[in-house]
Amino acid sequence: MKKVFAFALVLAMVFALAVPAYADGSFKIGAQGPLTGGAAIYGNAVMNAARIAVDEINAAGGTQFEFQAQDDEADSGDKAINAYNTLMDWGMQILLGPVTSGSGITVAAQAFDERTFLLTPSGSSVDLIADKDNAFQVCFTDPNQGIASADYFAENFAGAKVGVIYRNDDAYSQGIRDTFVKEAADKGVEIVYEGTFTDATSTDFNVQLTAARDAGADLLFLPIYYTPASVILQQANQMGYKPTFFGVDGMDGILTVENFDTSLAEGVYLLTPFSADAEDARTQAFVAEYQKRYGEIPNQFAADGYDAVYIIKAALEAAGCTPDMSPEEICEAVIAVMPTLKVDGVTGEGMTWAATGEVSKAPMAIVIKDGAYVTP
Amino acid sequence: MNMKRYLKDARSDLLTYAGVIIAFLIISTLKSHGALNRSQSGLLVPICCYIVMAVSLNLTVGILGDLSLGHAGFMSVGAFSGVVTAMSLMNVIPSAPARLALAMLVGAVCAAIVGFLVGIPVLRLNGDYLAIVTLAFGEIIKELITCLIVGVDSEGLHVIFNVNGSKTANDLTLLDGGRIIIKGAQGATGTKTIASFTAGFILIMITLVIVQNLIRSRHGRAIMAVRDNRIAADSVGIPVTKYKMMAFVTSASLAGAAGALFGLNYSNLAAAKFDFNTSILVLVFVVLGGLGNIWGSIIATVILYILPEALRGFANYRMLIYAIVLIVVMLTTNNPVLKNYIASLRSKFSKDSEKEASAS
Repeated sequence: MKKVFAFALVLAMVFALAVPAYADGSFKIGAQGPLTGGAAIYGNAVMNAARIAVDEINAAGGTQFEFQAQDDEADSGDKAINAYNTLMDWGMQILLGPVTSGSGITVAAQAFDERTFLLTPSGSSVDLIADKDNAFQVCFTDPNQGIASADYFAENFAGAKVGVIYRNDDAYSQGIRDTFVKEAADKGVEIVYEGTFTDATSTDFNVQLTAARDAGADLLFLPIYYTPASVILQQANQMGYKPTFFGVDGMDGILTVENFDTSLAEGVYLLTPFSADAEDARTQAFVAEYQKRYGEIPNQFAADGYDAVYIIKAALEAAGCTPDMSPEEICEAVIAVMPTLKVDGVTGEGMTWAATGEVSKAPMAIVIKDGAYVTP
Repeated sequence: MNMKRYLKDARSDLLTYAGVIIAFLIISTLKSHGALNRSQSGLLVPICCYIVMAVSLNLTVGILGDLSLGHAGFMSVGAFSGVVTAMSLMNVIPSAPARLALAMLVGAVCAAIVGFLVGIPVLRLNGDYLAIVTLAFGEIIKELITCLIVGVDSEGLHVIFNVNGSKTANDLTLLDGGRIIIKGAQGATGTKTIASFTAGFILIMITLVIVQNLIRSRHGRAIMAVRDNRIAADSVGIPVTKYKMMAFVTSASLAGAAGALFGLNYSNLAAAKFDFNTSILVLVFVVLGGLGNIWGSIIATVILYILPEALRGFANYRMLIYAIVLIVVMLTTNNPVLKNYIASLRSKFSKDSEKEASAS
């Protein structure tokens, strides 16, 4: 019996007590994402940038934040919920995260049942926000990139003959292409050629490229990842076909492909929410501060995390929330004001939200020049 | 078997039951008095699941002596079949505990069937080869479930096997009021969570009764004989394949029941959760608790599952510290000096308790 008693005592000690409290002059923002493991680069970027934003806001006076980040290892099951529960015990009033879609879908369902507001910086899956009024995104959902691209074409490449090459066995590529084609028809963007490929045929694009050239396409839209895109750029160069290439966020990384002549990527446009080379004062201040603190150039995840904190601040102020409110009260108040908000950030000017949780912002296209991203 | 040995075994079995029951009573009392915070009570059900996983894997690895690296595959089969059962019978069986029990039963049966099918080729192999094949099995199950799209409506279950990735949940063509249960790579979504700590406790008790009685029975002795020397066991007329299969299928079905409980504890669960890492995690619980030691598996699971959560205070260093703790524990438990010391403490302790028993 002694053994059992000792075991019970150990258990009782492990389960020490903690009670959340909601009343001291600052809001408690909890953030969760992968801080360890293979996806840690995303989570840490978001947390680093969010800390910068929180420090800036606290230094400026007015609304004050306390910030805590918890590791969910990008897990879609128990660990995501464990991280969320830990934050709730701490007294979290509003959730910044989860950073990855897999954890996001799990946590968003739980947060929906418990009425906790969440703003994910980079969980781009449609399922994260589907049927949940409490979940909002800072990044574009995958299909929305198609709409944003078509809008950008209508505005900046008026009269272009557009060719599209996409991968039809991939939900990401197919989703962007579907919404792109629909929006293009509405905006009067002329599509002269559509070519498809699959994972198995992603090494040779001569057929599609020849057909696109014969159809007279002078602008080639590539809603695909950067690996097949690098093959397309190479083969187009070999056959002397020189349209303007345009990619979406999957193109981010084209300059890092091994054995790829990066000079071929010169003049390639890509739609990305963030460019560290942007010349506006806000981006430059953010990039400078991030470099000073962490010694590296912030990526788009960092930018999303930085904006998320400012969006939360704007939402709390617009809803007239006070730090003594419970997460449920804040959730209802913030949901009501989200569709009326308009926030400027480093990932876009004048961001607005639909009640479904989707963000709408001007797409930021950048062009590759001398091996670096610059705003056109 | 001599009487003294029998009494010793029976006593350690009873102590295991008593320990689990007392731990359950203490924790549920703490819980009902609100003394557990959210993250602590959130850990209870997964701990129960992993205890069952560890005990059942111990049956394969410790008692049968075959290294299985695909145990999470059986958990996965149980989880998704359990979720489909519970979600599709939502209108037929309104009582949540009854639905949970049925889901766990279906999970156990499905995992047992898969365990049997896998066992046919696997159990012809030995050692490293068996480990590799079970590893492959775990990955195959993961990929297969990633291809599944399942929904339910008033006409019954609709299942699509989405091999080339071209189909979506819309292709199920569900009637109004239909529900999508499994959405391919995204896994089970929108699951109504009905798992409870009590159910976890009951599952642990059932697992213990099955495993401990199996070990102490004639079949259990035959299984251990196969482990200790396959050729010798064969030569005295023990049907090796039959006993291997018995242990393997029992282990699989218990893992399936644990999977069903786990699946019904989260509103969203992807097949990718049950990957190689999960199999290894459970194996670590078993090895750390001691091969063949049921009581050890339970304690190792509880401690190792709580540890990463308890180390959250170390922020980014917590997984590093977790790894260091694992290495230190492995080294110290295998240190001969320490082992002797613990053994001497043990014999002293049992002498004391014998004295107490004779005095009272």
